[in-house]
Amino acid sequence: MKSWMPFEWIAAIRFLREGRMQSLLIIVGVGVGVAVIVFMSALLSGLQANLVKRTLSSQAHIVLLPPEEIARLQSPAGGIALRLQKQAQRLRSIDQWQQIQARLEGLPEIAAISPIASGPAFVVRGDANKAITLLGIDPVRYSGVIALPERMVAGQLRVGAGEAVIGIELAKDLGADIGDKIRVTTAGDATETFTVTGLFDLGNKGVNARNVYVSLRSAQSLLDLVGGVSSIDISLHDIDEAERLASKIAAETGLTADSWIKTNAQFVTALTSQRVSSNVIRFFIGLSVAFGIASVLVVSVIQRAREIGILRAMGASQGQMLRIFLLQGGIVGFFGSLLGSGLAWTFLMLWRLMARNPDGTPMFIIGVDPWLVAIAAGGASLVGILSALLPARRAARLDPVVAIRG
Amino acid sequence: MADPVTTTPVLQLKNIRKSYGSGETESEILHGIDLRLERGEFAALIGPSGSGKSTLLNLIGLLDRPSGGQLFIDGQETGQLDDTGLTRLRGQRIGFVFQHHHLIPAFTALENVAMPLLVARGRPDAEMFAQAGRLLDQVGLAERKQNLANQLSGGQQQRVAIARALAMSPSLVLADEPTGNLDTHSADDVFALLREVNTRLNTTFLIVTHDQRLAARCDRIIEMVDGNIVADRRHQAAAN
Repeated sequence: MKSWMPFEWIAAIRFLREGRMQSLLIIVGVGVGVAVIVFMSALLSGLQANLVKRTLSSQAHIVLLPPEEIARLQSPAGGIALRLQKQAQRLRSIDQWQQIQARLEGLPEIAAISPIASGPAFVVRGDANKAITLLGIDPVRYSGVIALPERMVAGQLRVGAGEAVIGIELAKDLGADIGDKIRVTTAGDATETFTVTGLFDLGNKGVNARNVYVSLRSAQSLLDLVGGVSSIDISLHDIDEAERLASKIAAETGLTADSWIKTNAQFVTALTSQRVSSNVIRFFIGLSVAFGIASVLVVSVIQRAREIGILRAMGASQGQMLRIFLLQGGIVGFFGSLLGSGLAWTFLMLWRLMARNPDGTPMFIIGVDPWLVAIAAGGASLVGILSALLPARRAARLDPVVAIRG
Repeated sequence: MADPVTTTPVLQLKNIRKSYGSGETESEILHGIDLRLERGEFAALIGPSGSGKSTLLNLIGLLDRPSGGQLFIDGQETGQLDDTGLTRLRGQRIGFVFQHHHLIPAFTALENVAMPLLVARGRPDAEMFAQAGRLLDQVGLAERKQNLANQLSGGQQQRVAIARALAMSPSLVLADEPTGNLDTHSADDVFALLREVNTRLNTTFLIVTHDQRLAARCDRIIEMVDGNIVADRRHQAAAN
């Protein structure tokens, strides 16, 4: 008997140890529940982080565009317009973009800013003729928004004068490789020839087939945007802040600011509903664990009625009896959560071994967050104590006279 | 024995009534019991089944509350006490010895004896185990201290139960058929032990028994029939 341990702890532990089989079974039961919850949470957050990362690998967190051009009703002499035609949006520059850029650089939430001149164009090589999106970038700034250097599969990210970086799909379509020449023509009949200096793979077939990166200056002259930029790409430290910050920037600058959350609304909705459904599953697992603990303790109270009666006759208070059974619930929950965390960790290690891409790299990285284990342990102990409430009250209220005779 | 008139009695019952149910179905089990036990008395409570012995014992043991009348333990009126107060008084002043031994199987003999002290103090300490050890020595179980309760024979378990009843040095020990579950030899041993404790520590005993032979060996025999005390005889016990 440990001398520092209060009477309630001693009794709770002895009772659990005496009913060894029962205690073991319920701890395993709690453990399995906790393991599923921890494993599922880790898997889900790993999966979601991975999905978001993939989605954002070829997208900026916020894109600033010039304000939409709106046709204004002009009615000289009070004539009535029968129909108001929506204005076509021509390619134009963001007014005062340097000032806006300078102002945005003062915002602590922003990690990187990259002004871009982009527009539609055709690329011609031999007989091949492809529609592309021409993007004029400053490679250093752009790399802060989209991790293009990591995505280069051949050559390098170099867009000097007369140099272009294209996607692997486009390279395939054109039959072009590093060092080959491609000719880019825009709708305004401007033409320039570029040497391919690098091939990228952004993990998105459409992007790989369409995006052609050139220097900002080349794009500006080809797209007739001299000195201007058509959009400003922004990356953030915290991607969840995108929507809030986008509205703030839009309000301050009068520009259109699209956050990745808005541009990928369906995707974000899918992630949210995935999270909600997993919370529902977690809740019901927690509930069934609680019922399991409660039912074992109810049986234990009935089995120990006589011992409870003796302890009460010896002067044990109702509070002491209550605490003995609450503690049993808490201890079962705590040890169950330790077992469950161990199981979950094993599952995750197995998952890492089994779930691999065809090339042998892990499908995605799942970290075991130590906090998750701590939360599981705390949560399971709490659930244990809560589910012990009813049985413990029953134990405390047992009439010692009846209990002893029973 | 001290003069019964001038000292505070260990137990005093004044017109104690107990009934169960209410209204039409109400039935009175005890019809106004008056009883006084002095320090050091060794009394038997006898009577046929259903005479109210056990009910009376539960009331005296503060496990139940009377429907009417007054109950004093060491001069303290118990009617005004709440559940916590009753529990505390019970723990400190009253020891129980039950028919079915009623040790706690998850604990050793030594721990069972120390249990009332542990319950009262909240945490274990060396002193309580030393005292429990002395008590086990006194009941002749020095060799069995570390045995779990259910590894002991019936007679040994009852000795442990007696040692446990004495752990808090109670004023009054209530024994409900303490030898009812034992063979004649063990029963004699256990009875002799109760008697010895009574003589040595001057502890008051109230023993419920069916066994006329044992009752005859007590100093006083209180007989109940149908919820009334019908006889109360004092005599010098024949032989122990």
